[in-house]
Amino acid sequence: MPMKRVLVNEPVCMGCHLCEVYCQLNHSTSSDLVKAFKRPEHQNLPRLRIEARNPIFFSLRCQHCAEAPCISACLTGALSRDEKSGAVITDEAKCIGCWTCILACPYGAIKQDTVKHKSVKCDLCQGSKIPACVEHCPNEALVFEEVAEVKSK
Amino acid sequence: MNRTKYLIIGNSAGGIGAVEAIRRVDKAGAITIISEEPYAAYSRPLISEHLFENRPVANMLFRSPDFYVKNNVQTILGKKVTGLDLKAKTAQLEDGASMKWEKLLLATGGQPIIPKMDGVKTPGVFTFTTIDDAEAIDRFLPRVQRAVIIGGGLIGISVTDALVKRGIDVTIVEMKDRVLNVMLDEAASALVEDALKKNNVRIITGRTVTEIHSDFTTEILTGVTLDNGQELTAEMVVAAVGVKPRVELAMAAGIKTNRGIVVDRAMQTSTADVYACGDAAEVYDFIFGDNRVTPIWPNAFVGGGVAGANMAGKKSEYAGGMSMNSIKYFGLSIASAGMVTPPDAAYEVISQTTGRNYRKLILKDGIITGMVFTGNIESAGIICGLMKDKVNVEAFKRALISDNFSFLSLPEIVWRERLEITFKKPAAMSGAGVRQ
Ligand SMILES: Cc1cc2nc3c(=O)[nH]c(=O)nc-3n(C[C@H](O)[C@H](O)[C@H](O)COP(=O)(O)OP(=O)(O)OC[C@H]3O[C@@H](n4cnc5c(N)ncnc54)[C@H](O)[C@@H]3O)c2cc1C
Repeated sequence: MPMKRVLVNEPVCMGCHLCEVYCQLNHSTSSDLVKAFKRPEHQNLPRLRIEARNPIFFSLRCQHCAEAPCISACLTGALSRDEKSGAVITDEAKCIGCWTCILACPYGAIKQDTVKHKSVKCDLCQGSKIPACVEHCPNEALVFEEVAEVKSK
Repeated sequence: MNRTKYLIIGNSAGGIGAVEAIRRVDKAGAITIISEEPYAAYSRPLISEHLFENRPVANMLFRSPDFYVKNNVQTILGKKVTGLDLKAKTAQLEDGASMKWEKLLLATGGQPIIPKMDGVKTPGVFTFTTIDDAEAIDRFLPRVQRAVIIGGGLIGISVTDALVKRGIDVTIVEMKDRVLNVMLDEAASALVEDALKKNNVRIITGRTVTEIHSDFTTEILTGVTLDNGQELTAEMVVAAVGVKPRVELAMAAGIKTNRGIVVDRAMQTSTADVYACGDAAEVYDFIFGDNRVTPIWPNAFVGGGVAGANMAGKKSEYAGGMSMNSIKYFGLSIASAGMVTPPDAAYEVISQTTGRNYRKLILKDGIITGMVFTGNIESAGIICGLMKDKVNVEAFKRALISDNFSFLSLPEIVWRERLEITFKKPAAMSGAGVRQ
């Protein structure tokens, strides 16, 4: 199934972390930037990771693989594919924080929320037209594009 | 006689993986799943939650309630298959019914090993692998203050976690010198033992239970005796000494079995049109380069998927799996994969500990054959990926155990290749924006 994914135009990424900031904001229970970062009850981890070794920078997130190893590995069915968007999404209520998906992901794209004891990952900002990271990238280093099926590593 | 195109015995990780794979290829062919357990497919590891927080079965299902309807699967639940006729291609059920099939999958899983000893049939002795086991324990708990768990493997730790949360005084008796000795190394086992002790669990290693006793007249379980003569008082015993593949159906039908049901890389057994997967089967392990029983959920699901595709006529090969475990109990964060201790001196072990983070790799000729991480395990999957693809890491192996390891710790040619799919392809012939 062809789907839209976030791609990195690595040569023009300056490592400004705005993608990370807006990812965290978009996944917070508050739409207030300060609350999203400073109030524990509104804090949610960003679902991407910044790779940086000057002068190379890029942000890395879930690739929503066609045959997603994390879905196969999930012990509880918390990970599944959203049929409409094609995104691999997490049902937090079902996740027990067993971290098996983390072992299965060759991109290291799943994070441990050790406070809630849940796995968190990119959901392509379900409900938004464009993922927050792409929308707020000042340099078009992130693009949201239709791509062919992704075979994972 | 009832007929089905695809018959799947076992309604769990392997069976459901197969259904999804069959339906990707064949939308219409009749699929029937038979299971002895009377529930919709549930997450077996969650029986621990079922026991300690009374998690309802509805919240243990790993697929949506309409899964069977949506995939047009007929289910026969709560019935056991008692025999197979491979020539006639039929299966006999315990109620006398039989079912004719074209393609068969044995996803029969494992069954707990019951140790042979006096008193093992006493009421109050349980195993812990099914919802029914968890419920039987739950019903018995009002009579229990102290429990003895025989075996400190994953299932032993899992039931301990639940019992501790239910306020029971638990003693684990482990024959080897440490708990979780199959899936963890010494350092990680020590972490688990620490966490257990903090939860007031008593651990007795290097010992085994030789006898379970009960009161002469009332038959009420009173305790156990260890092989050194030591006695422990308890009202309940859980036997968690291991699980063995359920091969009885296959064996009786004349399908080749070893420790598990023998399959090839298409997951087909020694008999054409009969497949096997999961805890019941011996499947290809890419670390050891042989077929073996590796009873973990992801391998069962993926193997079921390969079997299902082949059953539906789409050629598919099992790339191979490896042992891969993580520990969720007692708030720990531990991950291991492949070998956890080096089998001989030809293997190299490198490790690094920083605070609560521990990273260990086992390598041979530059290829990673095993890993154990504790603490921050977020990059464990990147390592497993390198293991799976047999990437030679000799030149940069130290970077892999560094605390701040990330893709950019790898040589550029390696990370570019591994992350190819995340990068936008440079527009052809256009120099703009491309670093020279
Ligand atoms: C407490 C516990 C914790 C676990 N934790 C983890 C973990 O953290 N990570 C992990 O990877 N794995 C874990 N596992 C292991 C995991 O659950 C198994 O690897 C997985 O369930 C295997 O799936 P399967 O489909 O091969 O077989 P099973 O899940 O064993 O299912 C087989 C089914 O077939 C049925 N069946 C067998 N024979 C017949 C017959 N003749 N007729 C009808 N029905 C039959 C059985 O009743 C059973 O329902 C855990 C297991 C337990 C018990």
